[in-house]
Amino acid sequence: MSTATIALSNRRIQRTPLHAATIYLKEAKYEFLKNLRLRMYTMSVLSFPIMFYVLFGLVLNAKESIAGARVPTYMIATYGTFGVMGASLFGTAAGLASDRGLGWLQVKRASPMPPFAYFAAKVITSMIFSTIIVLALFTLGISLGGVRMPAADFVRLLGTLAAGSLPFSAMGLALGYFTGPNSAPATINLIYLPMSFCSGLWVPFMFLPKVVRQIALALPPYHLSQLALGVVGAGRSESTATHWEVLAAFTMICLGVARIGFQRDQGKLYG
Amino acid sequence: MIATLEQPRRAKTMNADLIVASLEGVNKNYGNVRALRGVDFRVRAGEVVALLGPNGAGKTTAVKLLLGLMLPNSGRARVFGGDPTNPENRMRTGAMLQVGRVPETLRVREHIDLFSAYYQKPMASAEVLTAAGLERLSDRKFGDLSGGQRQRVLFALAICGDPDLLFLDEPTVGLDVEARRMLWDEIRRMVAHGKTVLLTTHYLQEADALADRVAVINQGEIIAEGTPSDIKAKTAGKRIRCVTNLSQNILRRIPGVTEVKEDREAVEIHAIEAESIVRELLARDAGLSGLEVSSAGLEEAFLALTQDNGQNGNHTK
Repeated sequence: MSTATIALSNRRIQRTPLHAATIYLKEAKYEFLKNLRLRMYTMSVLSFPIMFYVLFGLVLNAKESIAGARVPTYMIATYGTFGVMGASLFGTAAGLASDRGLGWLQVKRASPMPPFAYFAAKVITSMIFSTIIVLALFTLGISLGGVRMPAADFVRLLGTLAAGSLPFSAMGLALGYFTGPNSAPATINLIYLPMSFCSGLWVPFMFLPKVVRQIALALPPYHLSQLALGVVGAGRSESTATHWEVLAAFTMICLGVARIGFQRDQGKLYG
Repeated sequence: MIATLEQPRRAKTMNADLIVASLEGVNKNYGNVRALRGVDFRVRAGEVVALLGPNGAGKTTAVKLLLGLMLPNSGRARVFGGDPTNPENRMRTGAMLQVGRVPETLRVREHIDLFSAYYQKPMASAEVLTAAGLERLSDRKFGDLSGGQRQRVLFALAICGDPDLLFLDEPTVGLDVEARRMLWDEIRRMVAHGKTVLLTTHYLQEADALADRVAVINQGEIIAEGTPSDIKAKTAGKRIRCVTNLSQNILRRIPGVTEVKEDREAVEIHAIEAESIVRELLARDAGLSGLEVSSAGLEEAFLALTQDNGQNGNHTK
């Protein structure tokens, strides 16, 4: 009830569209710079998917094929999904949990910052890092793995994976509201790594144990990877629309949870 | 020692009767802990008010309620006559809070650039850097700054929007003497430009140096309020020690005496000022001996004030 009172009494500030755009742009720019300079973020988020791709996609199994696609091509889709998920979860949850738990978010909330700009900056930054990862995989795949596909398919694959950043950014926001500054990274890994394995991002889906394959159907990364694999002709011929629907529903649920956390913070003290 | 510091001259640009921030009958609990109990508190336009109290007294809670960062359990917080969460009000306020961690990989000028963007009419960034003494540190990353320098960045973020009302929560905590003086000068300059300031501190000396009005808070209650000299009269004053055959009852009736205590063979008399009391004592008791006059220590006297009202002062967080 108290939160409803706040929402009602909030009058909007008359900002020019230019001023509003400037705020969003700067918020995103500095969020990006902040993460780019944070070695812990770039190291873990960028280097792991790239390293895995080089090792398992280019060095070890480059001559083989899975589900009708060459391994270097197949694994751009799966490690791409893995990379997008990591960049988005760490980009949102870790920063939010730390900002919330250690008082920085209160300084921002006390200022006239539009709250949405803060969240948008995190989501946009995650999407940019996701794009960088996918482009890095493309570059490696094309130059070292002989990956060839029509330019339109590259664009579709990049677009699919970049859009796939959204559900995991939403999940990250929800996690950021319900973990502490110290527990956030460990909690993210606890969800991220098993989910990646069970969704067939490390070991191709058909080689997973039957039980795990059944679990995978309920996991968002499975659906994103199937969309990406669909672009390179290696999907499991399930309905594309269903995959998108699952991801959209998952995004909405996560945003709902994050909203509960956001409202809870209005009346509570942290740090 | 009470330093008599020149009070800053201020531009009377605002209506001095206008209440710009208030807590009205506010209660705030954290679980079973009662952080604020029935607090009534007002800040008028153009004045500097210090909320003085030990750690854990409820100072930060009061500031956070006025910033709309949380809601009271009962009563209400108002800023510029409205809801503190109103974005229009946030446009007119600046806040310096105690923060555990500020993004460390951004540079000083980048932090200022971002916060300035939130406001309609921010100060020029060069002006902000000068005001906070950060000119030579503008390219440093926040993580590379010392504790005092970090405080100055937080101060810069509070003032960069050129706000009418400034909340400073323990602004000089962890600063060395020089840095503290510098920040005091800067706060005085803000006030001279007609700003209203609410600051919290646990240093009586700081409240005395800056504030027009002091509210002493302890265990969630405001236990004294007045000008710094009012508070000093209540808390500080003089301590007179002597051996006399005058009874405690007689001593207590001498005008200006606030307290009489037996101290081994002597008595200890607390008074607002010493001269008239000493004159009276010598006139009444020719055999008086061992006369000593000293200033009551500020912090000591302040503790006495806070402990008089609470059962046990809660001095740890």
